[in-house]
Amino acid sequence: MTDVPPPYTAVARHGMSPTPDHDEAARFNFLAGFNKYLSAGIGGGNARTYATRVLPGFVAEHAREPADRFEIRRAMNRDPWHRFWSACKRNSMEMRQHNGRQMVLRQLDELDGRAAQYNAGRATLVLDPAVEVPRYQRAVDIHCMPGSYHGEERAGDVSAGANYDCGIFATTGGGLGALNDGGGAALVEWARRERPGWQPQRILDIGATVGHNIVPLALAFPDAEIIAIDTAAPVLRYGHARAQSLGAANLRFVQMSGEAIGFPDGYFDWVQTTMFLHELSGTALPRVIAEGVRVLKPGGLMLHLEQPQYSDEMPLYEQFIRDWDAFNNNEPFWSAMHGLDLKKVMRDAGLPDVFVTGVRAVVDESVFPDQSKQVEDHGRAAVWNAYGAWKPTA
Amino acid sequence: MTEGIDWIDRAGARAKGKRPAYFDAPEQDRTLSIVLALVAEVSALRERLDTVERLLDTNGTIRRGDIEAYVPDAAAGRERGVLVKAYIARVMRGLTQEMEAMATPEPSVEQVSRELRDL
Repeated sequence: MTDVPPPYTAVARHGMSPTPDHDEAARFNFLAGFNKYLSAGIGGGNARTYATRVLPGFVAEHAREPADRFEIRRAMNRDPWHRFWSACKRNSMEMRQHNGRQMVLRQLDELDGRAAQYNAGRATLVLDPAVEVPRYQRAVDIHCMPGSYHGEERAGDVSAGANYDCGIFATTGGGLGALNDGGGAALVEWARRERPGWQPQRILDIGATVGHNIVPLALAFPDAEIIAIDTAAPVLRYGHARAQSLGAANLRFVQMSGEAIGFPDGYFDWVQTTMFLHELSGTALPRVIAEGVRVLKPGGLMLHLEQPQYSDEMPLYEQFIRDWDAFNNNEPFWSAMHGLDLKKVMRDAGLPDVFVTGVRAVVDESVFPDQSKQVEDHGRAAVWNAYGAWKPTA
Repeated sequence: MTEGIDWIDRAGARAKGKRPAYFDAPEQDRTLSIVLALVAEVSALRERLDTVERLLDTNGTIRRGDIEAYVPDAAAGRERGVLVKAYIARVMRGLTQEMEAMATPEPSVEQVSRELRDL
């Protein structure tokens, strides 16, 4: 049977979902199909270009093979096929933003009104204007999202969160499921399998954005106190309203930096990040990990979901193609972050027994694609590595 | 519609961060952006026509609101996904076939022609 993404109308609606008109949904359907064409359809053309002409050309010129992923990138960026493919992919990202923003901004009054109803006077949303948006969040607009996570079209709006949330479908072809929560659902499944019967009392999600990865944990552990922090108020406003509409009453959104977590030592049973570490910087990443370890209870769990780190075992070509987003989709720390030895960073922060395990998005496979059967979309597939550790009790 | 901001203008805001140049001439980058936007619009138009046809099949008549409210069931959603896939394959034929060609180095047909003349 021909493998095609589900239609955008199959995604679940929550209280903060923008209402797509017919053609807005159709544009996302096109982009889901187009992204699938560029990755599963012809993405392999990049490896073929490399093997058949770029690598031979490099060897002829330098009398050696490329020494690192950067040399491969510079050589590939001169190849006409790879250039055209990259230009198409870049455009698909820009069109996803443009289409998402048209849908969200034309109905922003309605969305802001709904958010106000969910948010007004609620103790579960704590905004702090004194929290600065760090330089690593401001340097460029991350993944070509105009305004990034912290941008506002007018004071107090929810446009950034609404646009981010709605377009995940187009970029992943529905790979994160009906509520873009396949990552969070995978965490719940992993924890239940790994520690049957475990009832964490307090969970912290650092860099939570719209909370799509933490809502499943809040619903799975309804008696737990769940805190989601981020430096960007606009996504927290949206995320809080979204979580409330989904019934996650035990989830509190707090504007706070992961570099200065305002909770006491040993407060949390579980400290989580999901696809967040690559949006930091060289000095911020170890600081966030160290802060996470500080607020983690002895015996508690720290877990980071990311794409696999680059290692000496990973072929240089594979590292190069996984780096595409770094330079073409405004992910300026992606390349450096994936070159880090994350296990060492965690060990240095006081977690001696680091484990690495594979995790894939848990979605309703009757509608959404089973990620174990998808062709790798190099850095965007909903198949992750979890870097975890249980904090020593002594 | 949203009051107080120009939503069409703001939706088209560029992302901060210098855009890579993919081609030697900037016009080529600009042209590809226009072509791909048109490719997407044709796809959306085709999907709208499919909606109209399905509504006519079912109801014999349509109102504009029916089009906006239409939600395909699983089978219709799949059929429309296949339409999009086949459409993309037609539009992107050149890039796909160039990838196919890379797998097998071939002489020019001119060269083959010379060979056949003397065969």
